[in-house]
Amino acid sequence: MDIPGTKLLRNKDFTNQIIKNIKKICQNLNRVKIMHVCGTHEHTISKYGLRSLLPKNIEILSGPGCPVCVCPAADIDKAVELGKRKDTIITTFGDMIRVPATNISLAELKARGADVRIVYGPHDAIKIAQDNPNKEVVFFAIGFETTVPLIGYEILNTPPSNFSVICAHKLIPAALELLISQSKLNIDGFISPGHVATIIGLQPFCLFSDAYRIPNVIAGFEPNDVLLAILMILRQKIEKKYETLNEYTRVVKPEGNKKAQEIINQVFKQVSSPWRGIGRIMDGGLAIKSEFAQYDADQKFDIQLPKSQDIPPGCSCHLVMVGKLYPYECKLFRKDCTPLNPIGPCMVSMEGTCQIYYKYYNP
Amino acid sequence: MSMKKLSSSVVRLAHGAGGVMQEELIQFITQNITFKNVNKGIGLEELDDGATIPLEDFEQEIVVTADGHTVHPLFFPGGNLGILSVCGTVNDLIMMGARPIAMTSIIILEEGFSIDELEKIINSFNFTAREAGVAIIAGDTKVMPRGSLDKIIMATTGIGLKEKHITILDNNLQKNDKIIVTGSIGDHQSALIGSREGLNITSDLKSDVGLLLEIYNALKENIQNNQIHAMKDPTRGGIAGALNDWANKSEVGILIDEDSIPIKKQVVAISDMLGLDPYAMACEGRALLSVSEQMAEEVLEKIKSTEIGKEATIIGTVSLENPKRVLVKTSVGGTRFMDMPLGEAIPRIC
Repeated sequence: MDIPGTKLLRNKDFTNQIIKNIKKICQNLNRVKIMHVCGTHEHTISKYGLRSLLPKNIEILSGPGCPVCVCPAADIDKAVELGKRKDTIITTFGDMIRVPATNISLAELKARGADVRIVYGPHDAIKIAQDNPNKEVVFFAIGFETTVPLIGYEILNTPPSNFSVICAHKLIPAALELLISQSKLNIDGFISPGHVATIIGLQPFCLFSDAYRIPNVIAGFEPNDVLLAILMILRQKIEKKYETLNEYTRVVKPEGNKKAQEIINQVFKQVSSPWRGIGRIMDGGLAIKSEFAQYDADQKFDIQLPKSQDIPPGCSCHLVMVGKLYPYECKLFRKDCTPLNPIGPCMVSMEGTCQIYYKYYNP
Repeated sequence: MSMKKLSSSVVRLAHGAGGVMQEELIQFITQNITFKNVNKGIGLEELDDGATIPLEDFEQEIVVTADGHTVHPLFFPGGNLGILSVCGTVNDLIMMGARPIAMTSIIILEEGFSIDELEKIINSFNFTAREAGVAIIAGDTKVMPRGSLDKIIMATTGIGLKEKHITILDNNLQKNDKIIVTGSIGDHQSALIGSREGLNITSDLKSDVGLLLEIYNALKENIQNNQIHAMKDPTRGGIAGALNDWANKSEVGILIDEDSIPIKKQVVAISDMLGLDPYAMACEGRALLSVSEQMAEEVLEKIKSTEIGKEATIIGTVSLENPKRVLVKTSVGGTRFMDMPLGEAIPRIC
């Protein structure tokens, strides 16, 4: 059995070739700022120590790409409130359960006796609902375009009546647009998430690179994928081209996954949506359409919530998330704020920039 | 007595997962213990694999370890709770440089637990103890009402003997030491994950659970001569936990070469798929050794001559740079930290 990617995409000789080419181009450039918007990209960059291989004048910024980090406290509060009910089982993805909300996290709720279960996807939650017909099973759905179709598919296939969804999905292109138009970060290029493009195709990204004249490369998640994407951005910069290129051609088709797009459009509608640390983004999230209201936990239950708090005092997560601050520039980093005692959301998730820096950053 | 509080108001699973939170729990539990050693032997302060009781007028001292055992599922590819209990206890003694001689055994059972399964576990326990040449000299059983524990828990004490002058300790790593791992890492935890319900991962992966006695016998002379500075079995917390523990206690830096770490393809695949860190995965039949530079090759060859250690490799070097830090030279040539695992391994979302 060969692990896909190990031959070329994690190959050191190939890495050295790419780095050599990057260095050659960089000799003629001043400072270059490249931003990615995906927790998995940051994971790859940090896990393989890629920053230590790049020339000093390339800066890789981490944008708001961790679905757990951008999930507002109010949505977690909702799951916590529902989880307090005796007849309810809360199901969600693994790293969601540790994220602190206004008062407590789902992990703390679980330790206090609530039935909170980690699942690998909505299908597992449906099975739990079938096995527990006397309980309400709520799936706390977070994530970007990549996780949405799975939930849409289940909702279309008439799940049991005791199943419902807290819909906290976010959409990536809207966030990219906000970053480029408002943050004045002077970004020279974007590395865009390959798995998002697998679903939505290239077109939403092309619109963005055309409109704002900025190089954009859709990239895969192996170390050499990311380095190739950086090289492709640098070449565009030198040639003064501003387009969306596809590095992840082995997976991403230009038109995306039509079937998945259909499912998304059938079940969900785009809405303006709050992102933790960033604020409300126009068309930045999804809500369940009214014809499926019976599966929408928001409409099914009467949930009373306290006023929520996204960013605690002193925390700089809102600046880290848009690449304005490196985690180590925050005065709480490593001192008051650690993965064991996280103060902000970026330190909680394994995809959060602060936790990744805490674990892997080599100063 | 005043108690320093934990950062959480209730006990969480992560408090038992071999990471930073477990350290905090142990500190909490042990903070007000007054007597922590006997005759200035190794005691609780060291938080090593075990403790020693030096006896006056004897060249040898008694080595004691204590261990609680639970595993889910009870029967997993390559072993069961019974084998695990003996191997865990015996290996802890060996990691102190001691010759295992005896064990005690406590079995706590849930009302309703199958006698068939109990028989299989006990048979494995007894068989493995005999294989290790260890006597079972005392024990206790309790039965708890249904629902008050999950099927069966075992607890053991290990008793061994070693020469007083042998100092194989977590705080004994020295500059230029070579770090040896005795076999592929992460097999045990990956096999458990693969065999748990709901994941439907099929693989031919087996737990690495096993006795390290063969390695101890092969290295007796080097142990006697203090050429092995430290030994540790990377159970909970994996090699990341063990190496960080060493770096912290010895105040040294450890540089690991990622390419040289023996790891099975199945383990890489399972951890990539689930977003788990193989370096934080538990092994139950592996050891890490810190050996003086001059002796490293000889020790390595001796380990490789054993069945359980035939895949042993040198994976790193100890230095005085970056004290208390474990650095990894990654497979593509970058460098990064290998940090202490935080707590329970939770799969990532995407």
